[in-house]
Amino acid sequence: MSSPEIDALTQALARLPGLGPRSARRAVLHLIKRRETGLMPLLRALEGVAENLSTCQTCGNVDTRNPCGICNDPRRDSRQLCVVEDVPDLWALERSRLFPGRFHVLGGRLSALEGVRPEDLTIDALVARVANGGIDEVVLAMNATLEGQTTAHYLAERLERFPVRLSQLAHGLPVGGELDYLDEGTLAQALRARRPMA
Amino acid sequence: MTLRLGPVQIERLSLTHFRSYRDAVIHPARGANVLVGENGAGKTNVLEAISLLVPGRGLRGAALGDMAQSGGPGGFGVAARINGPQGPVDLGCGTTADAPERRMVRINGAQATQSALSEWLTLIWLTPAMDRLFTEPASGRRRFLDRLVQALIPAHAHHAARYEAAMRQRNRILADERPADPAWLMALESQMAEHGTMLDSARRETLDLLGQKLAVVDHGPFARPVLALEGWIGLDQAAFTQELARGRARDAAAGRTLSGPHRCDLNVTHYAKQQPADRCSTGEQKALLLALILAHAELVREQRGEPPILLLDEVAAHLDPLRRAALFARLAASGSQYWMTGTDLSLFAGDDAMRFYLVKDHAITEA
Ligand SMILES: [Zn+2]
Repeated sequence: MSSPEIDALTQALARLPGLGPRSARRAVLHLIKRRETGLMPLLRALEGVAENLSTCQTCGNVDTRNPCGICNDPRRDSRQLCVVEDVPDLWALERSRLFPGRFHVLGGRLSALEGVRPEDLTIDALVARVANGGIDEVVLAMNATLEGQTTAHYLAERLERFPVRLSQLAHGLPVGGELDYLDEGTLAQALRARRPMA
Repeated sequence: MTLRLGPVQIERLSLTHFRSYRDAVIHPARGANVLVGENGAGKTNVLEAISLLVPGRGLRGAALGDMAQSGGPGGFGVAARINGPQGPVDLGCGTTADAPERRMVRINGAQATQSALSEWLTLIWLTPAMDRLFTEPASGRRRFLDRLVQALIPAHAHHAARYEAAMRQRNRILADERPADPAWLMALESQMAEHGTMLDSARRETLDLLGQKLAVVDHGPFARPVLALEGWIGLDQAAFTQELARGRARDAAAGRTLSGPHRCDLNVTHYAKQQPADRCSTGEQKALLLALILAHAELVREQRGEPPILLLDEVAAHLDPLRRAALFARLAASGSQYWMTGTDLSLFAGDDAMRFYLVKDHAITEA
C-alpha cells in the first residue's frame, strides 16, 4: 500500500516532537494530496534551512545567517548581554520580546555528573566578549535547576573582575523550572524583575 | 501562624495496579480508618500508597519499579481526592510501563513536581521497621528527622534535594584526576552553603519547637523523649562556605564530604531515666517514639493550622491495653484523619467512631 519512500517520510515525521505515528501518517497524507501547494513549498523551505543553517560565530544562536539576525540588528542594545544555556532558551526569551540587547549561548550547563566541564561550554568566548568592552549589563538567564544555578554562580565568578553589572532572572520561577517550558508572561516577569547577582 | 483551619483529609483513595491491588477504591472516614487482615494481605500497601502523596520514597523507602503490580501492565497509579479548608484537590502519583522508575505527579490533573505535593498534604507515619530507629545507623534517624521538619516547613525537601545534588557534583569533581576548576567548586560550595544552612536551621528550629512541646504535654503511659542534634556544629552560610573550601583536599582524600548537615544525627534520651534511647528496652523505645510522633502531630496542628494525617502500621498490637487505650484517646482528640492496620479486629473493638476495612484476596471491603 505504501512505498518505502513514503514510509521513510512517515517515520521521520513521527520522530518530531509533538508528533507520533498517527499524526505523521495524517501529515504525509495531507502532503501527498497537495503536491504543489503543500509538499513542494515544504521541500523548498527545508532545503533553504538545510543549506544555510549555521551557528552564529558571535553568539551561538542558530540561524540561516552568520552573524545571526539578532547580532546583525543595529536596533539591538549592544550594552546589554543575556547569557542562556541553549538555543531554545534564547528563542523562548525572544518570544517574550522583552530583552532589547544581544545574547550569548553557552551550549549547555556545567554538570560534573554528565561530564560537562567549563571548557566544553563557550565560556572563554563569553569572557572575551565582555573583556572587549562596550557591555554594561550581563543577565545570567540560567534555568532554575541546580546545574543552571551552579553555572550562573560560576559565570559570576569568572566575570567579577570586569566593570559590568551582573544580574539574574528573578527565579520565583517554578522549582527546577526550565525557561523553554515557561509561558511568555512568566518569563517576561522574571526578566523584568531581574536582580543583581549576590 | 495559623492561616488555615480545620483538618485535611482523604475523601477518596484509589489504587490501580499498585502492589497487590489491580483496582481498589476506598472512601475513608474523617477520623479513624482501620485496615484489618492477615499478615501479607496487603494492609501496609494501602498506607504505602498514601505515603507516596508527599515527597520522598514512601514509608517503605522502596524503589518505584517494585510498586507496580506483578503481572500487571507495568505502571501503577495512586489517586486521592483530599479535602480541607482550601476545598477539594486531586492528587495523583504513578509510573508508566516505559518509565517504571520515574514518578509522575499530578495536582488537579496538571503535571507537577514531587516537592509541590508538600503544599497539600502533611503525613506522619510509624511502621514496624522504625522499631530499630534508635539503634540503626544515623542516616535512618536523619531521614526520620527530615520528615518531621518537612511536615512543618514545606520548603525543607527542596533545600535538602539541592544540598545533596550540589554535594554529589562537588564530590565528583574532587574525585576526578584532572585538576579541579576552583571557580566551579566555589559555585557548588556556595550552593551547598546556601541550601545546607537552610536545611540545618530548619532542623534546629523544628527540634526547638518539638522540645518545648514535649516538655509540656501529658505523656500519660508513654515516655518523654529529649531531643538533640549532634554530629555537626551549625555554621552560618559564610563560615560553611569557607569550611568547604578549606576541606577540599581532605574531602578529596576521603572520597566524600566530611563536614556539613548531612553528617548530623538525632540524639534521643529517655527523660525520666536519663538514658539514651538505644539503651532503653524495646517497649520503652516504642513508647518514646509514640510520644514523639503524637507531640509532633500536635505541633503541626498548631503551626500549620491543620492536623497531619497519621499512618500507624501495626502499632496497636504491640501495646499493652493501657497504652493502647491512651493512644486511641489521643488520636481521637487530635482531629487528625488516621490510619491503622492490624491482624486482630478485637484490638480495636469498642470504638464506634472507627471505620473498618477487611483486606483479603487483593481486595478491600468496608466492614
Ligand atoms: Zn548571533
